[in-house]
Amino acid sequence: MAVLDGVAAPARAARVRPRGASRRERWLRRLPLLPALIYVVVVTQAPFVVTVWYSFQSYFWDIPGGAHFTGLSNYSAVFTDPAFRGSLLRSVIMTASAVIGAMILGVLLAVLLDRKFFGRGMARTLIITPFLVMPAAAALIWAYPMLDANYGLVNFLLAPFGVNHVAWLSTQPLLSVIIVMIWQWTPFMTLIVLAGLQSQPPDTLEAAKVDGAGALATFRELTIPHLRPYIELGVLLGSIYLVNTFDAVRLMTNGGPGTATTNLPFFLYQKVDYAYDIGGAAAAGVVTVVLTIIVATLALRMFARVFRFEEARG
Amino acid sequence: MTSLSLRAASRATTSRAGTRRIRQWPGRVGWTVLGWVVAIAFFLPVLWMVITAFKPESAAETWPPKFAFSPTLSEFSSAFSNIGPFLTHSALATVGSTILVLLLGIPAAYALSVYPVRRWQDGLFFFISTKMLPIVAAIGPLYVIALHTHLLDSIWLLIILYTAMNLPLAIWMIRSFMLEVPNELLEAARLDGAGRIREMGSVILPIVLPGVVSTALICVIFAWNELFLAINLTTTNAATVPMFLVGGISTEGLFIAHLSAAATIASVPVIVVGWIAQRSLVRGLAMGAIK
Repeated sequence: MAVLDGVAAPARAARVRPRGASRRERWLRRLPLLPALIYVVVVTQAPFVVTVWYSFQSYFWDIPGGAHFTGLSNYSAVFTDPAFRGSLLRSVIMTASAVIGAMILGVLLAVLLDRKFFGRGMARTLIITPFLVMPAAAALIWAYPMLDANYGLVNFLLAPFGVNHVAWLSTQPLLSVIIVMIWQWTPFMTLIVLAGLQSQPPDTLEAAKVDGAGALATFRELTIPHLRPYIELGVLLGSIYLVNTFDAVRLMTNGGPGTATTNLPFFLYQKVDYAYDIGGAAAAGVVTVVLTIIVATLALRMFARVFRFEEARG
Repeated sequence: MTSLSLRAASRATTSRAGTRRIRQWPGRVGWTVLGWVVAIAFFLPVLWMVITAFKPESAAETWPPKFAFSPTLSEFSSAFSNIGPFLTHSALATVGSTILVLLLGIPAAYALSVYPVRRWQDGLFFFISTKMLPIVAAIGPLYVIALHTHLLDSIWLLIILYTAMNLPLAIWMIRSFMLEVPNELLEAARLDGAGRIREMGSVILPIVLPGVVSTALICVIFAWNELFLAINLTTTNAATVPMFLVGGISTEGLFIAHLSAAATIASVPVIVVGWIAQRSLVRGLAMGAIK
């Protein structure tokens, strides 16, 4: 039943670390890990160290003279900036509603794909395709051929229901972006939940049927608890990716109208690309990272539980 | 008497099974219809993109939308005439970073599974924790670093960053494949006196090769589709395909067919790769947590 064993200990004799291994052996084991470890530390951690440094500097890269120390002024600007708080809030709203929406649809689609029906493989292929579409392309398809007020397919399909040339991107900008996020990430949730459904031991389900349990009761009492780690995993990984959503915002609404769809990534992009404000972006970045670390600490704890973390015995 | 009742009983069960099969039929048809309706609904935007891409511009902006038209390749050819350099940059950044990911990731996965280092769990969780730090937070300083190292607007910068972006995922995934190498094979190789390098080359790699390939395909998907880093750190010399979608399409006048053709060209490579990697997609996306 080793389904979720990503962090399963390498439990075989040869793989358990030897007690009192020689110094040479320890280095022999460490050596293959070092290039990747050093690479990731340098490329992913160094920029954050530099970010902390610049967060105390006033630095507009279009103004000659370079950076100079300004103490905490970038931070007080960040904390008093309603635009930053707004974008933070919108990031949370967008991520949460997209993850929840995609997960609900994902469970439904997974239950559907778990049934045997004619052409199921093909249907599965079609359903995963939205996840593969380049996010920038997905944003464009939705912004124009799908949601355009005058020519869009969505308005055409909704016309029988009394929808008349709605300009979705200006009247429902946040909803439009979230719908695209859900459309792209539902396949991801579907695949993970489907893997969970298919790993259900069939004899348990058979036993439930013999005991006279109805389909709904079986689903509630057996399937949902079994799916729980899969759902948690999907929510966790989906959040990691979706919190960085940028393409849909940039290409569908450009953060607008006004700041209606400006999330954190778009806010920082504007600060760097339009305001040239490296110091301000850095301070906002540090605040973001601190908030992320708080959330990630909780998430990592969940991750360890989800993966049924086993201590290496040795 | 006994045999008669037995036969009757068996006849009863057969006929009950028969009615059940008959009663299941409409259910089966119902699921098929439902399954296909949902699948097509999900696929519809992609289908509409491809259909629109084959329209002449004048047929793309109509109300009601046109479903019958004479297809043309003119929007494809006009999109292709501009997208060339972007495709080259994307291909270089994608292939380059994927190769680097494998060169760094395979040994690292080995050191976290076959002969694990001490505190290998900490290593694993360090790698995954880097995925949780939003790279967007460091974008300003990244720009300055790239400026000072003269890497701004270069393919090398994208290769370096995409490698860091995909490496944690690749290590987790390849590691999960290496854990599946049967212990007996490793022991047999050791008894034959194979050193670690030969053991890696002749025992482990051949077994995990399909897993490595699907890992590579998933890295290709993420690198090909990446926009945020590209848009902030490149302008012309390294601008990738998503950048073409941002800046290369004029939204003046009629443009929907042109845009659809460009979006189709940009998406098709990864859609094909994803369809090929379908079976292992879920494992890769779950970082090897799900088989």
